[in-house]
Amino acid sequence: MIRFENVVKRYARATALDGVSFQLGKGDFCFLTGHSGAGKSTVLRLLHMAERPTSGDVRVSGYSASKVRRRDIARLRRKIGYVFQDFRLLQDRTAAENVAFALEVTGAKRSEIRTRVGRLLSHVGLAAKSGALPSQLSGGEQQRVAVARALANDPLVLLADEPTGNLDERATRGVYELFREISAAGTAVVFATHDLELVRRAPFARVLELDHGKIVFDSAARGAA
Amino acid sequence: MIHALREALAAFRRAPLLTALSAAMIGLSLLVVGLFGVATWNVNRVLDEVEDRVEIVAYLRDSASPREVTGLQEALVERPDVAEVFYVSREQALQVARRDMAEFDSIFSSLDTNPLPASLEIRMVPAYRDADGVRAVAAAAGEAPIVEDVRFGADWLDKVFLLRRVAGAASVVLGATFGLVAALIIGAAVRISIFARKEEIEIMHLVGAADRFIRGPFLLEGLFTGMLGGGAALGATFVVYRVLSGRVVELAWIPVEWVAIGLAAGALLGMMASAVAVRRYLRTA
Repeated sequence: MIRFENVVKRYARATALDGVSFQLGKGDFCFLTGHSGAGKSTVLRLLHMAERPTSGDVRVSGYSASKVRRRDIARLRRKIGYVFQDFRLLQDRTAAENVAFALEVTGAKRSEIRTRVGRLLSHVGLAAKSGALPSQLSGGEQQRVAVARALANDPLVLLADEPTGNLDERATRGVYELFREISAAGTAVVFATHDLELVRRAPFARVLELDHGKIVFDSAARGAA
Repeated sequence: MIHALREALAAFRRAPLLTALSAAMIGLSLLVVGLFGVATWNVNRVLDEVEDRVEIVAYLRDSASPREVTGLQEALVERPDVAEVFYVSREQALQVARRDMAEFDSIFSSLDTNPLPASLEIRMVPAYRDADGVRAVAAAAGEAPIVEDVRFGADWLDKVFLLRRVAGAASVVLGATFGLVAALIIGAAVRISIFARKEEIEIMHLVGAADRFIRGPFLLEGLFTGMLGGGAALGATFVVYRVLSGRVVELAWIPVEWVAIGLAAGALLGMMASAVAVRRYLRTA
């Protein structure tokens, strides 16, 4: 489902990734760890096809970064959920409207959107707050809305860039459990984090540690050895 | 399309102040264009009236026979640049002179004979009514042996047509400048409104919206804001026209086609400015 083949990503002044290769399948849960600037966000941006590799190839759900056309990227992104540390919710729209937003782009019918939004908000435990604006929700609740939005189109892959970075311990645990459930239901999850405590709590998950754009630790390789 | 319309209207509801600000900026910039339109229309109207009075008078010799006069009259009317030719007899000329110059009535009464000659008054077809055209007709009339003299106010005519050329050039240059300034201001107003929603565009990309889907609501929003601004400019221009007309100077209101073109231009400018501004964000996303 996801394949990084010897990916190099260079910017004008720095090399963000240097020969990164890994593969993930359906329902895999993968932590991306490493210090700031190690290349975690670059991996996510390449998976989202917001950028293209300088060399090597990134393949997601049958689309290759070296061949994909602009209009196909939009189609691919409907199969990829993305959650950020800062939630990226539209502040002038309610929780339900923020989730509905992701369904509207697919041209879904309004009645269908209404039903689906209700189900998604129930799934993340926010059915009672569907009419609340982001400013009326706690950090953990806002992140749950962002997760509901990311799940709106039944994604094959869920990307999370430090999704618990702004949350307290309790909210972190709640959001993390939500990601586990999503992964168990068959969605591949790529979870970039600094939080090693969270990583330690998930022995089932694959861990990729990046340093200066290279994979310096891969739990799958250790398991195989 | 329905989604684009719904989103465009929702954007007005969500940020009414920003919409009002954009529409006001568009309205003010188009007001300048509107006032300029009223001024241009009225200057042209005055010049048209002045040009309408352009007339060539061919004074006939007393010896001219009625047959010769009719022959010349017919020859002139056949020309493509001549609209009408009126014969004014010596008696009619005296009557007109006595009527127009009542203060000299005693002099006219004391005359034993009528000193005024008969004449042909020649009116031009408007399309040919420029300095060269008038001179050509005057020269043709002057060549006839029965014509003693031809008058058409040569100096005055040159000044009227020079004024027409200057006014025409000024209206093109000023009109283009005001139009360009309006377009730039409208572009800036729409860009501010789109910049405020930069995040929304980013999130649309994030969730897999196609460029066309993102662009639609913004184009409609630009169109509506432009229409709103254009309507406000039209209203304000009319108010200024009513305040000035009759009190400061006698003015005529611009024709309905100009109003329609102005409103359409406002709407189109708003939409185009939106298209340009959104394209920038789509390219960087």
